[in-house]
Amino acid sequence: MKTIRLLATAITTTLTAALAATSTQAQETIKIGMTQPLTGAVAASGNYVANGAKIAVDVINAKGGVLGKKLELILEDNKSNPKEAVNAVEKLILRDKVPLLIGAWSSTYTLAIMPKLIEYKVPLIVETSSSGKITTSGNPWVFRISPTSEMEAKAFLAKYDAFQPGIKKIDFLSVNNDWGRGSADEFSKYLKTKGVQVGSVQFMAPDATDLSAQLTAIKQSGGDTLFITTGVEQMTLALKQAGELKVPHRIITTGGSFPDQLIEHPGPKEMSSYHLLFFSPWFPEKAKYPDIAKVYVDEWTKRKLDFPGLTEGFRGYDAVLTAVEAIKTAGKAEPEALRDALWKTKLPAVNGDIAFIKEGPAGQESGQNEPNIYVVLLNQGKVTMPLP
Amino acid sequence: MADSLDQFLQHIVNGVMLGSTYALLGIGLTLIFGIMRIVNFTHGEFYALGAYMAYMLVALLGVNFFFAILLATAIGILFGAVLEFVVLRRLKTTDIDSVMIVMIGLWIAMQNTEQLIWGGVAKLIPSPFSQQPLVFGPVSVSPLKIFVLATAVILLIAFHFLINHTRLGLAMRSTFQDRDVAALMGVNVGTIYTATFALGSGLAAVAGALLGPVFLVNPTMGDLASLKAFAIVILGGLGSTVGATIGGFAIALVEEFGAGYISADYRDAFSFLVIVAVLILKPQGLFTMKERVG
Repeated sequence: MKTIRLLATAITTTLTAALAATSTQAQETIKIGMTQPLTGAVAASGNYVANGAKIAVDVINAKGGVLGKKLELILEDNKSNPKEAVNAVEKLILRDKVPLLIGAWSSTYTLAIMPKLIEYKVPLIVETSSSGKITTSGNPWVFRISPTSEMEAKAFLAKYDAFQPGIKKIDFLSVNNDWGRGSADEFSKYLKTKGVQVGSVQFMAPDATDLSAQLTAIKQSGGDTLFITTGVEQMTLALKQAGELKVPHRIITTGGSFPDQLIEHPGPKEMSSYHLLFFSPWFPEKAKYPDIAKVYVDEWTKRKLDFPGLTEGFRGYDAVLTAVEAIKTAGKAEPEALRDALWKTKLPAVNGDIAFIKEGPAGQESGQNEPNIYVVLLNQGKVTMPLP
Repeated sequence: MADSLDQFLQHIVNGVMLGSTYALLGIGLTLIFGIMRIVNFTHGEFYALGAYMAYMLVALLGVNFFFAILLATAIGILFGAVLEFVVLRRLKTTDIDSVMIVMIGLWIAMQNTEQLIWGGVAKLIPSPFSQQPLVFGPVSVSPLKIFVLATAVILLIAFHFLINHTRLGLAMRSTFQDRDVAALMGVNVGTIYTATFALGSGLAAVAGALLGPVFLVNPTMGDLASLKAFAIVILGGLGSTVGATIGGFAIALVEEFGAGYISADYRDAFSFLVIVAVLILKPQGLFTMKERVG
């Protein structure tokens, strides 16, 4: 009996000590909450972004953390589903009490969680989503570092004349959500100003795998250029199937994703595709701050992660750098202080300079960054940067 | 005009390709329901299992592509037999609802296991076929898809032969008509159940192993496959393998033409509209077999 009591006391003491240790440790960290699609239809991209964020946290902690504390990234899977994104964010805010969020990859998931930011008064750094609505709907807790589809279309227009033979008639194959529809609208709008005709506009469900019906219709439309907007998985399928169906178009993908599987398993010989990217790991020297890009690329390669994943991983990396800069500016990790600090935050990052301009209705503006855009060409597993 | 004929022909080819694998999925499910009265929610997971096994064998272990498909199918059959023997056999006396709940549980467990083992990121299975499409006039098809179609058609024919011209097929059909009478006539109903579930699961696995290299492999791929299989089975009539075969091709063609000519946004909706229509006009399905009730 005595032994049991002694044992019980010992266990209780150890447990208490362990709990105390965890709680002091918890006090020493500054938490950042992140939600990404780690499983489901767009899991590839979500994992890249999450890896980028983890690397940034390691890099920051290796340098001593922020405000003398270690940074802690709490990652919640949103399962490529807007409802799950809302659950993930509630968990991060209520259970983990994070003062700042990063997420949620797709515009649809980001739009779904935005009301929660107002409800709980927590700022969100948007790292990927590009639907215009995100920064124009009057949510003062939103700070976007990724470009809007409109910015992407505008930047593309500057490169329009470099495409030879010229772009005369375009078709679209877009994922049927806020992002895909928004992107098709913006690219049509801007290219029409150059007298370009719009042919067939086809949409696909986010989890659709057989796109041959859409591509067959596009093949017959008589256009010369096809814009594809969707996540990595569906983009890979669309490119493979376009090759199989001999779609004659010049293909350009938007949104910053890159079909990395096609490097190892290229499609038919005559097939090539252009990709609008926001970071091009094959040419880190083209980045505005090659030194910052180099640290990121080196750390990524050191962890033996897929090289092409760097094209999206930088989103998570830059989002964490932005969060850290805001925490430094605020001098504390509290939601409202961080929101105010984000307006003053200016930093060099992998994509280039990050700073927020005001967008949306007066008094409730969201923050929007103006990122850099690159165009790469993928041909038989080789990546080049052919445009000036 | 020539252009629209070209487009029509390409849609037909696309639809038939897809239809052949839909038919494989459909007969597997209808067989299990018809003979065992089990609403098999794990069907899509056997489809995913086949695809992941093909991925593991081809991409990770470097096994010959054709042998890998055969092996993936065998694993599907074996796993189906084990599942029937270990779980379903014990539930035989309970009602259809509790079996359904167990099947839903197994579906979730299998899908999460796949996710745990393989991760959430989609995988690509390399195939030995040339990436250059074959061009027949206005229609172009990849050699891989021709292989998939040919294999699926051979399997469909072999399956119909098995059901209609072998002793096992006869035993299956008699169990379908009346389990008790079949048992009285000397059919070992337990063995027939195991064989049925194994065979049905094997058909799902082979569909997954064949379609894996055409598309991508991911842990939730089974959900869409299950949904399609149920749609096909409802269209063709529960328990009718001929119905499931025709239903598979019909659904694929309806989807393909709906998406190509009306609107690709509603691709999946077209097949379900057809099912709603069938359920209103001929609720027992288009090709239901006669069976004794009671």
